[in-house]
Amino acid sequence: MAAAGSVRKAAARVGLYATVIAFAALLAFPFYWMLIATFKTDRDLYNLKNNPLIFNDHLTLANLTLLFTQTLYVTWLWNTFLVGALVVLITLLLALPAGYALARLTGRWGEPLGIGIFLTYLVPSTLLFIPMSRIVAILGLQDSLWSLVLVYPSFTIPFCVWLLMGFFKSIPKDIEEAAMVDGCSRARAIVQIIMPISLAGILSAVIFAFTLTIQEFTYALTFITSSAQQTVSVGVPTNLVRGDVFFWGSLMAACLITSVPVAILYNLFLDRFIAGFTVGAIK
Amino acid sequence: MRLLDREGFLGPVMILPAVLYVLALVGVPFCLSLYLALTDAKIASSELSFVGLENFRSALASPTFIKSLGNTFIFTFVSQALVLVLGKVLATCLTKDFVGKSVLRFLILLPWVAPISLGTIGWKWMLDSLYSPVNWVLQALHVVGKNTWPMWFGEKDLAMAAVIAVHVWRLLPFSAVIILAGLTSIPREINEAADVDGAGFWRRELYVVLPLQRPILFVAGLFGIIFAFTDMTVIYVLKRGGPAQATQVLASLAFFTGILGGDLAGGAAISLFLFPVLVVVAVAMLVIARRTEVT
Repeated sequence: MAAAGSVRKAAARVGLYATVIAFAALLAFPFYWMLIATFKTDRDLYNLKNNPLIFNDHLTLANLTLLFTQTLYVTWLWNTFLVGALVVLITLLLALPAGYALARLTGRWGEPLGIGIFLTYLVPSTLLFIPMSRIVAILGLQDSLWSLVLVYPSFTIPFCVWLLMGFFKSIPKDIEEAAMVDGCSRARAIVQIIMPISLAGILSAVIFAFTLTIQEFTYALTFITSSAQQTVSVGVPTNLVRGDVFFWGSLMAACLITSVPVAILYNLFLDRFIAGFTVGAIK
Repeated sequence: MRLLDREGFLGPVMILPAVLYVLALVGVPFCLSLYLALTDAKIASSELSFVGLENFRSALASPTFIKSLGNTFIFTFVSQALVLVLGKVLATCLTKDFVGKSVLRFLILLPWVAPISLGTIGWKWMLDSLYSPVNWVLQALHVVGKNTWPMWFGEKDLAMAAVIAVHVWRLLPFSAVIILAGLTSIPREINEAADVDGAGFWRRELYVVLPLQRPILFVAGLFGIIFAFTDMTVIYVLKRGGPAQATQVLASLAFFTGILGGDLAGGAAISLFLFPVLVVVAVAMLVIARRTEVT
């Protein structure tokens, strides 16, 4: 009886491992492919007789060298970083006070207003990119990184307001109230007491605003036409191709180098990110 | 007492800038979109005249539009059905403790957190090239023969299957972590009580876990529907809606018509067809948010 039970347990264990390993293999496979393609020689990549999943030739740095010296990859990285940093700055300036006020100062109409702001996050770029291109043209920002700096906060602000509102709600009210009883004004209590203990929440808003801008594709594809002004997410898939010639080794290297740091950042803050999406369906 | 110390004043002052920014960059373009769709605006000229509902009429009369509309629904619902089922399986596995869980979690999350256009271009090489490693693996597993490698973007149905597969790959980690968050919020006592009552795995799943999880499954599904219904990145990067419009969807058709084709008004009208579905999803979200608050 006990033996049968432990056999069943062992079988369940094996089933569990088999399932998660199968999922991980399927989901991570493209990144494994990017990794080995990065270091493969052309002779190895473009030979139908070779097993594509292993190295059949010596390793090479030629793809990386090509990527960093012959293409605009470094420029795209810099553009992406610049846009990301400015978008984060605008987002924090506007979302921090709004998130705090929605958590503490608004009473009855705070809840519907918060949900209203969250719903605007659901409005997709593909609904707005056409009128947006007109607005960008009217402002004379076509083909300029400033168009992205202007437009990206339209989705980072709603998401971060919602995220920060949840974070501020989790801080006990007594903390500022104690300070205010001691004669400190609300504004001062926010700056001197609440902000320092909210660094974790603020940092997660920074990370998500930044990664959302790195991932954005539609607006960047619509507003920017010259290669030197592009961001990584558009520059890499549209520019590392000349006619029908794909620079696959370098292309895969660019995908990998861009993706992994973003993935690491995300993983560190995953729990907050989930909390931002569950819309109160979890207590 | 200073003005800023009055809470009825401080609150609105802190919220207003964010609300104005979002209104200016979501509300204004949306209204502009409604306006453009009623005109004959072109990218190249700043003159436009009013044409009424002509753009909507000609969209509905165009076979390409009808094809794209159908494709959008197929793409959305097939991918979301797969994502929810697989996401539920994956999330159930991840509630268990096992060796190497954090590494596996990192690997499993990669498709969601990596920029989507870059993951997709990886798939383009893996599927749509002479040296396709996917086909090589399929041949090694004896699923296809040496001379019968599938041309993933040569046939309509295979192309649709491929764009759906890539989208499932991309969204699965997201729905799995959302569902996982719902699972871990189920109090341990409920599962223990079910164990004591002698309920096996399947009975517990069906009568205890699934009903408790309904709201979170809805949330994951609704977000998934929005992401899939309005996506153009996967479609655009993989094959630009081809072959022969077989994978064209509303969002990508709006891009080709409005931006590359220069017919701003026509493109605006096409993308406005996304709006009714968004409204339905938003209302469903509100209902869920309200209901979970009441209980």
